[in-house]
Amino acid sequence: MSSRDKILAAVANNQPAKIELPDLSAFKTGKAGSVEQFAQVLTNIGGKAIHVNSWEEIAAFITENYSTTRVVTPIAELTGFKGIPANSDPHELYNVELAVIKAHFGVAENGAVWITEDNMGLRVLPFITQHLAVVIDGGEIVPTMAEAYDKISRLSSYGFASFIAGPSKTADIEQSLVIGAHGPRSMTVFIMPGRF
Amino acid sequence: MRVGLFIPCYVDQFYPGVAIATLQLLEKLGVDVVYPQNQTCCGQPMANSGFQDLSKGCSDLFLKNFNEFDYIVSPSGSCVLYLREHLSETDHHSPDYLGNKVYELTSFLTDVLKVENLTASFPHKVGMHISCHGQRGLHLSSMSELVAPGFSKPGSLLNMVKDIEMIELNRVDECCGFGGTFCVTEEAVSVKMGKDRIADHLLHGAEYITGADMSCLMHLEGILKRQGSKVKVIHIAEILNAG
Amino acid sequence: MEVTTKDHAELAENFNRDEDRVDWHDETLWWVRQKRDKMVHQLPEWEELREAASAIKNNVLGNLHNYLQQFEANARANGITVHWAADAEEHNQIIHRLLNEHKVTRMVKSKSMLTEECGLNEYLHEQGIEVIDSDLGERIVQLAKEPPSHIVLPCIHKKKEEIGELFHQYLGTPLDVSDPQVLTEAARGHLREIFITRKAALTGVNFAIAETGEFVVCTNEGNADMGAHLADIHIASMGIEKLIPEKKHLGIFLRLLTRSATGQPITTYSSHFKTPRKGQQMHIVLVDNGRTVQLGREDFRNSLKCIRCGACMNTCPVYRRSGGHSYHNAVAGPIGSILAPNLDMEKYKDLPFASTLCGSCTNVCPVKIDIHDQLYKWRQVLVKKGLVPTGKTIGMKVMGATLSSPTIYRLAGKIGRWTLKHAPFAVNNNFNPWYKQRDMPEPPEQSFSEWYKENRIKK
Repeated sequence: MSSRDKILAAVANNQPAKIELPDLSAFKTGKAGSVEQFAQVLTNIGGKAIHVNSWEEIAAFITENYSTTRVVTPIAELTGFKGIPANSDPHELYNVELAVIKAHFGVAENGAVWITEDNMGLRVLPFITQHLAVVIDGGEIVPTMAEAYDKISRLSSYGFASFIAGPSKTADIEQSLVIGAHGPRSMTVFIMPGRF
Repeated sequence: MRVGLFIPCYVDQFYPGVAIATLQLLEKLGVDVVYPQNQTCCGQPMANSGFQDLSKGCSDLFLKNFNEFDYIVSPSGSCVLYLREHLSETDHHSPDYLGNKVYELTSFLTDVLKVENLTASFPHKVGMHISCHGQRGLHLSSMSELVAPGFSKPGSLLNMVKDIEMIELNRVDECCGFGGTFCVTEEAVSVKMGKDRIADHLLHGAEYITGADMSCLMHLEGILKRQGSKVKVIHIAEILNAG
Repeated sequence: MEVTTKDHAELAENFNRDEDRVDWHDETLWWVRQKRDKMVHQLPEWEELREAASAIKNNVLGNLHNYLQQFEANARANGITVHWAADAEEHNQIIHRLLNEHKVTRMVKSKSMLTEECGLNEYLHEQGIEVIDSDLGERIVQLAKEPPSHIVLPCIHKKKEEIGELFHQYLGTPLDVSDPQVLTEAARGHLREIFITRKAALTGVNFAIAETGEFVVCTNEGNADMGAHLADIHIASMGIEKLIPEKKHLGIFLRLLTRSATGQPITTYSSHFKTPRKGQQMHIVLVDNGRTVQLGREDFRNSLKCIRCGACMNTCPVYRRSGGHSYHNAVAGPIGSILAPNLDMEKYKDLPFASTLCGSCTNVCPVKIDIHDQLYKWRQVLVKKGLVPTGKTIGMKVMGATLSSPTIYRLAGKIGRWTLKHAPFAVNNNFNPWYKQRDMPEPPEQSFSEWYKENRIKK
């Protein structure tokens, strides 16, 4: 008997009586998420929210604040920066200073943004970069994670995706918060009005 | 309404004053209260040590002594919790389960007698140590872990006492470390917890530490005395019966 | 790693020899508990969320047989290879075999308490394979050659000066540097080098979704993602209880997990792994290691609902004052004390007694495990199995007999009080653990029952 069969047999033998799943509909507020709350929570967790009106504004901000030779973005609308060629080796992203990517939506209660693999170019990009910038549509903020998964179920499928909430951080040494553990040392979210 | 008074073994032996205060307080409030002579212990010391079977003698004795009463009142949250949870195999939802008639003193005063006034006076600074079994077990007060409205049954009674000054604590419902046989089997941690609990009270200027469980207070008293502290422990029944 | 034969009480006593350190440990963890409180009190629906999470996990326990197969089928369809391990040894062998197949001798690992439970690092070390833990706290205890003392905060028992010394020795930081910012930066440099050069990465799993065959890994540091997305082979180890039925249930669990754990609204990264990266292999090892036995123990099965947030440790007044290592088990604290005896009753027979049964653990548990009730029930089981010291059994029998008889009880009470009054040296000595740091109560002249007879019956 394989371990698989042994485990499954033991589970079948020992599991308790089935009970129904709970109704979770009460957790959905039915309201739109608050951009103000999203920005506030993001700030609280070490991120930065910047309201912008155009891609040009974002590009200007980047040029002003980062060394453009090490800025990488898979966003077609952001011209003048390095893209990610097909079949790139993720290890080549080791020296990226700033990565700029799109997120599908933000979550007001925790400041997280939902980013799928097709936004990332390469999966490792939002993690390996020294600084991360994310662009979201200000109309795409949900109040809580309950609505977030509702929304995800309506988006197309992904191979990898992540909720990212602020810069990489640790408090492993005496509970002192340090921003910039292994991943980005900062996270900026550009909030644009209207769909893009 | 006939009320049976259950006095835990260690209170009977070491803190008769607490039992007397409980009795007098109930009498003052017009309760027909009787102390059955052949009572001993709720059985918890054995059960919490893993020997629930050895507590059967205590349970049988309890059932014999207290079967006739409408209510059974005891000045110990911990013993009451044990009796409510483990007195017998009878279905705990059944009206025949005697455990449901057992009340901790303060909840009997607030929930059954619905006391709204007391004549007591106690002109001192007092800190309230809420026992875990009373609080988390019997829900004598709200719990800091839960998102729920605040309340305190013993606190509401202490508020009726004239001239008393209740102090705030940094940790409202931290355990004192008594824990039954834990206090000797895990002596080091038990004492450290007790010392910390006392330090919180001292920090806020308590003259007395009160509570609804004498076992916690006995443990804290042992440490206070060893420290040579002037701060005293006092059971809540003694305050509610004071003056 | 030191093999310990000391029980919790002895280890806790050792820990308490340095009272300042106990205070520091207690305050540090209490601060985490306060952060948790602050965060959960912002959600009026908190208790309903706990209830929902508990109900979902109860549903999982009752349908685990189906969910496991559903998960396996969906994960395979996603291109993930699924392995089954009956116990720790098989788990370790599977990992070893996978590494051998890829000729990998150096692996990077993010936090996985399961691999701690299985002793994977030691096993692979013996096979000549180097494992580097990439969670900062885990890397620190690894350098110190110690096990983690907390499931979420692995080096919470270490002071920054001690970490500074370790880093000076192993990572070349200047002597006497203990600033967490500087130390973290040094670790960042060290570990980025590791991430870049390792071809295999192992991660834990926080949630695996039966409906979709994907799994979710939560970190704040980003170490799981750094490892997994740069490696040719990603292995994820998970206990079979980590399954949840549907993706939408993450909308409950992710709201609870980090608020309970550290008082953050969510971890920085909640990564959903569904298919391998192009050209990459992804493996999942489903591990039993005693879980199916626990599933069959009616009184204890719901400990399998645990999502490893560590809130019960942070709130536990005993854990805070005895340290994680006093539990001599991969998972410490209240939850560890109800999980460990399932693995080995003899070895962990002390743990269910390392509690005052205060119940705070049960109140903070985001999936409503009745932890303190299970501690009580484990005590009953351990006694029935004869796993408590004979002296204790005799003592309890005497106590039970005394308290069952009003006559003997009254006599014993009299003798006890008489002894305390007239021969206190018989009690107040070093053989009495109560007396070591506490005075005995002042013995009164009369017991209450004697007073009652005089003042109420006679009247």
